[in-house]
Amino acid sequence: MTTATRTLVAPGAPRARSRRPIGRRFTVLTVLAFAVLLILAIGWLLPFLWAIATAFKTETDAASGDPGWIGASGPTVQAFTAILSQGNVYVWAWNSLWTATAVTVITVTISALAAYAFSRLDFRGRKWLFVVIIAAIVVPPQVLIIPLFYEMLAFNLVDTHWGLILPQVVAPAMVFILKRFFDAIPIELEDAARVDGASRFRVFWSIVLPLSRPILASVAIFVFIGAWNNFLWPFLVINDTSLMTLPVGLQTVISAYGVQYAQVMAQAVLAALPLIIVFLIFQKQIVKGVATSGFGGQ
Amino acid sequence: MTAAAPTTSTIVTGRAGTRSARRHAGGSHRSEQLIGWAFLTPFLIAFALFLVWPILHGIYLSFTDQSLTGSGGGFVGFANYAEALTDPVMWGAFGNTVWFTLLSTIPLVIIALLMAVLVDRGLPGQWLWRLSFFMPYLLASTVISQIWIWIFNPQIGAANNVLKAFGLEPIAWLQDPKVNMLAIVIATVWWTVGFNFLLYLAALQNIPQQQYEAASLDGAGGWRQFWSITLPQLGPATTLIGLLQILASLKLFDQAYQMLGGLSSDTTRSIVQYIYESGFVGYRFGYSAAISYVFFAIIIILCVAQALITRRRKDVR
Repeated sequence: MTTATRTLVAPGAPRARSRRPIGRRFTVLTVLAFAVLLILAIGWLLPFLWAIATAFKTETDAASGDPGWIGASGPTVQAFTAILSQGNVYVWAWNSLWTATAVTVITVTISALAAYAFSRLDFRGRKWLFVVIIAAIVVPPQVLIIPLFYEMLAFNLVDTHWGLILPQVVAPAMVFILKRFFDAIPIELEDAARVDGASRFRVFWSIVLPLSRPILASVAIFVFIGAWNNFLWPFLVINDTSLMTLPVGLQTVISAYGVQYAQVMAQAVLAALPLIIVFLIFQKQIVKGVATSGFGGQ
Repeated sequence: MTAAAPTTSTIVTGRAGTRSARRHAGGSHRSEQLIGWAFLTPFLIAFALFLVWPILHGIYLSFTDQSLTGSGGGFVGFANYAEALTDPVMWGAFGNTVWFTLLSTIPLVIIALLMAVLVDRGLPGQWLWRLSFFMPYLLASTVISQIWIWIFNPQIGAANNVLKAFGLEPIAWLQDPKVNMLAIVIATVWWTVGFNFLLYLAALQNIPQQQYEAASLDGAGGWRQFWSITLPQLGPATTLIGLLQILASLKLFDQAYQMLGGLSSDTTRSIVQYIYESGFVGYRFGYSAAISYVFFAIIIILCVAQALITRRRKDVR
């Protein structure tokens, strides 16, 4: 268990080996591996490429059932202009951006503070409290929708962005991941500052946090993607069209315009675009973030 | 909850995690206490409000006939649980969920393993493999549902075009109750396999290189190395990935709900969908809460079972 688990969770664990060089010999196995990989990659890209191809067709071409990549009337951005001329998409994109950012900022802040307390500070109840929080990792959020909705009703937060954001900020797994990272920071660095009279918060702010940038980025990206794509809770708590996030908003439009295939695909492509750009920019951090935060990302 | 604690700590602690916090020698004990709680307070407030309280209140609700509209709310004892356990729709949903979990977990583990082993060979085009396998995971359920509704369109969808090319009869993928679960499985495998792929890739990169070198010196070829080094070394990772996948698959809702256009069918209704339907469509909060806790109990049992299996494996060693 030890070796593998450490890979999956240990933040910044050194890579045990560099990637093996491709066989010095050009073996049959290498060719076979490449062929299988290529088939898989094509299989995985095709659905998305097909969606993009449809988005650039006219509605008539898309509905004609002609399986060609380019419609009979040539490529067009009609579907995109039609979508973008309906103001709602901008509102939903903004709602998604700001609520996901708020969830990320609050989650990372409160988790990092708590993780530091569990890692470095001595207080009564530290051990059992940590056990309780770790145990909470297994609670599936879907189980809580009824009492959470009830609670939001009581707080008058149904159909508000805070009602959407707040229930998403509790991430026990992230506390665990950050605590493990803080544990690995040499305490001598902090001791030196403490001797100079720096307060606990000052040490946390100007020594621990800067050293933890990579793990904070991993956790933040992970939380952001989860919040950006979350469907069930925003779908339940928001009814007002102008407050919806992108996934929930698109769902309502799609139900209304179900037969306009090119427009529906254009929407899918537009909604996917921001995350694909984020992935292309932060590929390394995301890949590492999944490896370190993966087990808590359910 | 408490019973599940060993699970998570076994999953994630490993050996490296046992280092406890080192206490600071200086500073008065009392102020250390206060500072500790000060750092914790923001998280604890959120934890208490949005996790602990809903869990407790949900348990209370499950013993009442509370409705969304506020009527009811009387204590009904175990009536909701008794109803849930004798409700054929609940058992149907339970069966569908287990069936989906089985159908999806196997390919989601095997294909991810295959992808990771092949990519780990260091063939050129690393970023392309990672992008194509992992990108779908980044997409919202709405987006992937729409793409697959389009592919599975019975008249003009790509899936039936492929079938036609092979001379096969077209299928009403999402409309035919005999195949709609399979259609959801296909979409789900495409959507989420990249996550397991990355977990496997990380596990592969931790296998000590020396083992391969030694095997090479002994004249073991690629196949032999794969069967006698790679696969056994990935055993623990496979247990973990398998468990995480089972837990994720059991929570089926988003894509199934959207791909079927919100229609509820007896062949695809999952447990989470039934929780949603009885609470937010049927307005029976109490009953819905009871089903939630039956589901929660199943998840805890799975986690405990995993913990026991892991512990036994450690004892054997």
